[in-house]
Amino acid sequence: MIRSHILVCGGTGCTSNKSAEIVAALKKELAAQGLDQEVQVIMTGCFGLCANGPIMVVYPEGACYNHVQLSDVKEIVTEHILKGRIVNRLLHVEDEKTEQRVMSLSETDFMKKQVRIALKNCGVIDPENIDEYIGRDGYQALAKVLTEMTPEEVIDVVLKSGLRGRGGAGFPTGMKWKFARASQNPVKYVCCNADEGDPGAFMDRSVLEGDPHSVIEAMAIAAYAIGSSQGYVYIRAEYPIAVKRLQIAIDQAKKYGLLGKNIFGTGFNFNLEIRLGAGAFVCGEETALMTSIEGKRGEPHPRPPFPAVKGLFEKPTILNNVETYANITKIILNGADWFASMGTEKSKGTKVFALGGKINNTGLVEIPMGTTLREVIYEIGGGIPNGKKFKAAQTGGPSGGCIPVEHLDVPIDYDNLIAIGSMMGSGGLIVMDEDNCMVDIAKFFLEFTVDESCGKCTPCRIGNKRLLEYLDKITSGKATMQDLDDMEKLCYYIKDNSLCGLGQTAPNPVLSTLRYFRDEYEAHIKEHRCPAGVCKALLHFEIDASKCKGCTLCARNCPVNAISGNVREAHKIDTAKCVKCGLCMANCRFDAISKK
Amino acid sequence: MKSLQELNAIRERMQNQSKDRKVADAQSIRIVVGMATCGIAAGARPVMNAFVEEVAKRNLQNVVVSQTGCIGMCKLEPIVEVFVPGQEKVTYCYMTPEKAVKVVVDHIVNNKPVTEYIVK
Repeated sequence: MIRSHILVCGGTGCTSNKSAEIVAALKKELAAQGLDQEVQVIMTGCFGLCANGPIMVVYPEGACYNHVQLSDVKEIVTEHILKGRIVNRLLHVEDEKTEQRVMSLSETDFMKKQVRIALKNCGVIDPENIDEYIGRDGYQALAKVLTEMTPEEVIDVVLKSGLRGRGGAGFPTGMKWKFARASQNPVKYVCCNADEGDPGAFMDRSVLEGDPHSVIEAMAIAAYAIGSSQGYVYIRAEYPIAVKRLQIAIDQAKKYGLLGKNIFGTGFNFNLEIRLGAGAFVCGEETALMTSIEGKRGEPHPRPPFPAVKGLFEKPTILNNVETYANITKIILNGADWFASMGTEKSKGTKVFALGGKINNTGLVEIPMGTTLREVIYEIGGGIPNGKKFKAAQTGGPSGGCIPVEHLDVPIDYDNLIAIGSMMGSGGLIVMDEDNCMVDIAKFFLEFTVDESCGKCTPCRIGNKRLLEYLDKITSGKATMQDLDDMEKLCYYIKDNSLCGLGQTAPNPVLSTLRYFRDEYEAHIKEHRCPAGVCKALLHFEIDASKCKGCTLCARNCPVNAISGNVREAHKIDTAKCVKCGLCMANCRFDAISKK
Repeated sequence: MKSLQELNAIRERMQNQSKDRKVADAQSIRIVVGMATCGIAAGARPVMNAFVEEVAKRNLQNVVVSQTGCIGMCKLEPIVEVFVPGQEKVTYCYMTPEKAVKVVVDHIVNNKPVTEYIVK
């Protein structure tokens, strides 16, 4: 009889911190102590608090242990499992200053404001065991749809719920389904976009790793709604754990007859297959994705015709994002009104964000639409490390933009983010502090899109390359104000003339940083100065002769011998030789070296 | 091929098995078994298992069985404390698996503490 459950995170973050080894050690230790019959150990999906991984939760106490190491396993078993004494030193620290610890994950500020719908089962069930999913009302939505509802009723519920595409563009999901239903064709396809490509985004990966059946079930529901019997999940091969768990889930569902022919004896057939992508960013664009599934080179083509009319293999197709699908089963079971009661007027429900960058609680969060960025960063995210000042948050990845401090209190939804020059995107949220140079950030994203441009259309292929050259010029202090104007014009040209979403949105990081941080661009150009001290070409290191004690530590650490001076005399940096690595500054014990 | 009935049967079985995967809230009845060295030596392990089994057998949804360390009265081990929300804590001593079953039936299900097992 099981009296205690130990849940260990098996997401990519915790796995790379040896959580699989911890599970093995835990099972071995429990067996050695004769406890293996009464304690169940399972590997779950992401708990969300990735910054503190590997995470382990022990029930029924609900004790949440952070940063669990292999060496902690024995103590957890003998103290907590055998004797019932919580291992306090591993509990989550809520307040760094007071060292205050909290017992369960649900008591943390990180969780308090979250509402978990898409992530309902992540960190709760074993994703490799279909029975656990069924135990949490799994496949009940599919049963309800197949036995009690017409396809039109299903589409109606999704429409009324107000669910919009979570991949970023925010197109109403019900409309997509309605158009595909209306297309007359005996063969239609249901596709899932799991080609999550934004740097810093890992929402879809986490859903597939933690709750793959929720996507499978929702795709079957979508197939029933539009009249399809074949589905494809397009996922990047760079997500090995997600691919493995999804394949296990598909196999289990087939074995149970929840995929395949005559599901629940209703005569409805649905088959699902995985298609692996090689990780090209452009394949996240819908037309390129479908071309790639067809086995051709992943290049986009102009719309219309839209996929709902002529998509995969020239048949009517719907393509939804992983997180969109993860909401469907809950909407079917709880009703459209329940879902529509959350969020803002035009954006309903919740959104999952991957918090990253300069933030304490790096991880996965799901918040109701309408939550402000301030709440996400300071309450859920625990603020900025080392007491630094917030500068901007980047949403929407390479297609999105920056949100500066003056918009911290804007409620997050699709339309508000567009109004302030950013976009929801798939949900990457990168926080930047005063040490980040905004021109450098724009350059980072542009380097990414230049790399990832498929090269089919000229504005994107050449335009973005030229745009990057302007940015290079600015960050090396060689640009003129005329260049800045030309660059801005080029941005709009690329946006207006590119073939697909990649090119149309690629200049966004430049435009939004120009909008809010033009002064930083101008400082680079007019004063040849990088205000944040990031752009190397504009930096120089200086030794303050009055503070220098002549200890020679800097000179000994300099990799290029650019520092000269005698012992107990002030040293000097030869700026011609200096490579601006910053080692001298990091090593100086007298705070005599500064960068300007 | 799974029918709807089979699906519901799996759901029920799994719900019982994984119901403990939530944190005990203020409404839950808590049965706490003393599991320090003294308790284990006096036979707390079988007592604990008897509680877990009986609670599961009766499918009691709002009951949590957990352990604690040494309460200090090692002579009286195995000691079990029962916390019913809104009522005073009841401490049982010299527990056995048989007594555990009676505590679940009388105290937890019928809300009548088993006075003869209570610490005097």
